[in-house]
Amino acid sequence: MEQVIINGIYSGMQYALIALGLTLIFALMGVLNFAHGQMYVLGGFVTYYVYGVMGLPFVVGLAATAATLALVGVFFEFVIFRRVLKLSVREESTMLVAAGGALFLESLVLIIFGEKHRGVPSVISGVWKVGDAYMPYGRLLVVAMSALLIGGFILFMQYTRQGRALRALAQDREAAQIQGVNVDNYSMLGFAIGATLAGLAGGLLVSISGVNSGLGTWISIKAFIMVMIGGAGVVPGAIIGGFILGMLESVGYTVLPGGETYLVIFVALIAFLAIRPQGLMGKPWG
Amino acid sequence: MPNQRSLIAVGVALVIYLIVLPALLADKPYFLGVLTTASVLSVIAAGVWLTFFIGRINIGQGAFALVGGYAAAILMTKLGFSFWIAMPLAGLTAALVSIVIGIPILRLRGVYFAMISLSLTETARLSAQSFRSVTEGAKGIVNIPLPGAVEIFGFTLIPDFSTVDKHLAFYFLAAILLIATFAAMYRLVNSRIGWLFKSLQQNEELASSVGVDIARLRVIAYAISSFLGGIGGAFFVAAQQSVYPASFQIQDSIYFMLYTFLGGLGYVFGPIVGTFVLFLSFEFLHGLNEYQPLIYSIIMIALMLWLPNGLLSIRLPGWGLGTKANPERARGA
Repeated sequence: MEQVIINGIYSGMQYALIALGLTLIFALMGVLNFAHGQMYVLGGFVTYYVYGVMGLPFVVGLAATAATLALVGVFFEFVIFRRVLKLSVREESTMLVAAGGALFLESLVLIIFGEKHRGVPSVISGVWKVGDAYMPYGRLLVVAMSALLIGGFILFMQYTRQGRALRALAQDREAAQIQGVNVDNYSMLGFAIGATLAGLAGGLLVSISGVNSGLGTWISIKAFIMVMIGGAGVVPGAIIGGFILGMLESVGYTVLPGGETYLVIFVALIAFLAIRPQGLMGKPWG
Repeated sequence: MPNQRSLIAVGVALVIYLIVLPALLADKPYFLGVLTTASVLSVIAAGVWLTFFIGRINIGQGAFALVGGYAAAILMTKLGFSFWIAMPLAGLTAALVSIVIGIPILRLRGVYFAMISLSLTETARLSAQSFRSVTEGAKGIVNIPLPGAVEIFGFTLIPDFSTVDKHLAFYFLAAILLIATFAAMYRLVNSRIGWLFKSLQQNEELASSVGVDIARLRVIAYAISSFLGGIGGAFFVAAQQSVYPASFQIQDSIYFMLYTFLGGLGYVFGPIVGTFVLFLSFEFLHGLNEYQPLIYSIIMIALMLWLPNGLLSIRLPGWGLGTKANPERARGA
């Protein structure tokens, strides 16, 4: 029983990290980033390459991941979304380019890194045993780093000048512009941060569950579920959604066989959204 | 009313589609198959288009294609129905399921509806895998018979598909489905109910305040959309003679949305253009092996960068093929 709860917290922490990036990009630009799962996968592969293949320290691998994904985020915003957001008559067009971007990233990763499932050795070995629950140090490290990243992100958004500008942008784009926020630059920054968070989540998780090029869509769907539970575009909502999904998954895998866990989660989600369409903390029709 | 030039354009297109193409490709089953698939995919995409028309982003059409496919497969193999009865029943089954699911989820809008509809495809796949007693689980339902003959008073209306060139037979079936679907679609959006659908897209609250029953209308639109998905699913199951939980995946659902987008959301015939352009280009890039999806995605992004409102937003002077689904225009002409 303790093990189930602890597993739920593990996954919850990492899921929260994934959902944060997605919800940030959505809040800033109204774009549902379909490529989020693919960014996670790319992050996993960069860490795998730097840490697992080149043999550099894990932290260097994560730094390389953050740098790569920040560049990818900038590329996505600057080359793709900025133009489409300005030109299209219907906002849904951004979804098409986002889906195109997801396919682009996925095939690129497949060409560069191949189709094999890749993992890396655990960063530190050993197990901490409390009662009936086993907690490998490698996992605890990943959870701690995720918690650090989430905490750092919240502090950045709350207390820095850039964070304030991003929040202003999320609240009201035009009003932020009138107050002198450089909307284009901050959209780019927000997109880069969102992509980096997704990539770092992938980089951290590659030391536990590994990564393969076909994982992206499934990660995106999980991120969507979390955002739907918590409410789109709301930071605390994304974190709560992540923990709820992590816990549901952990309990489901213990009591139900294989694929039925997610069948139950989906049905429950539809029922939940019927009662509360905007999620736990979302603005109605955000 | 459509003007004379667009009538001529449609006439020419029909002659090419129904006579010239099958005559040219009669001994090339591969190309015939590609066109057949593209035709039925546009029927399914037409359903997605209709949900867009009421202002919902639908990425869940694969779910209803899968429901239709399984319904047809079960009706044909386990209950011994003929394909010609199983196909419409498959469409109705999909429509029925969509009504049950649609009543709660159609209250959602924007990205919320998009995300939940995306999850639907995965739900359908997991259901097909989990209810083994009806769906055979991951093994799928195989050895589904080809469509049989339809005879009235000894006169053969439709020959048994196993006795004729089945590629050609499926091509014509697909062609008839496409023509019937888009004729009905054109009629629908230019009718009173079509105008009401349009009012949902523009402003649901306003529509509701002047007495439009928005809850009922959006379920109707979703049911029609899913009916088309179910019909398309049944067709593919019959053509491939098998169905698996992975027959329609999330990727397919996303593609249906892309086809619809690419053709242009403002045009009834957009799904045909979008599907044929994207699907045919995907097939032609086949020789590039691993680079195919990469190039395909670049084309897709580039198209959206330069033509964010769809292919049919290119206005060729005089050719009114891109009949705009726009009440004002229909009224003025």
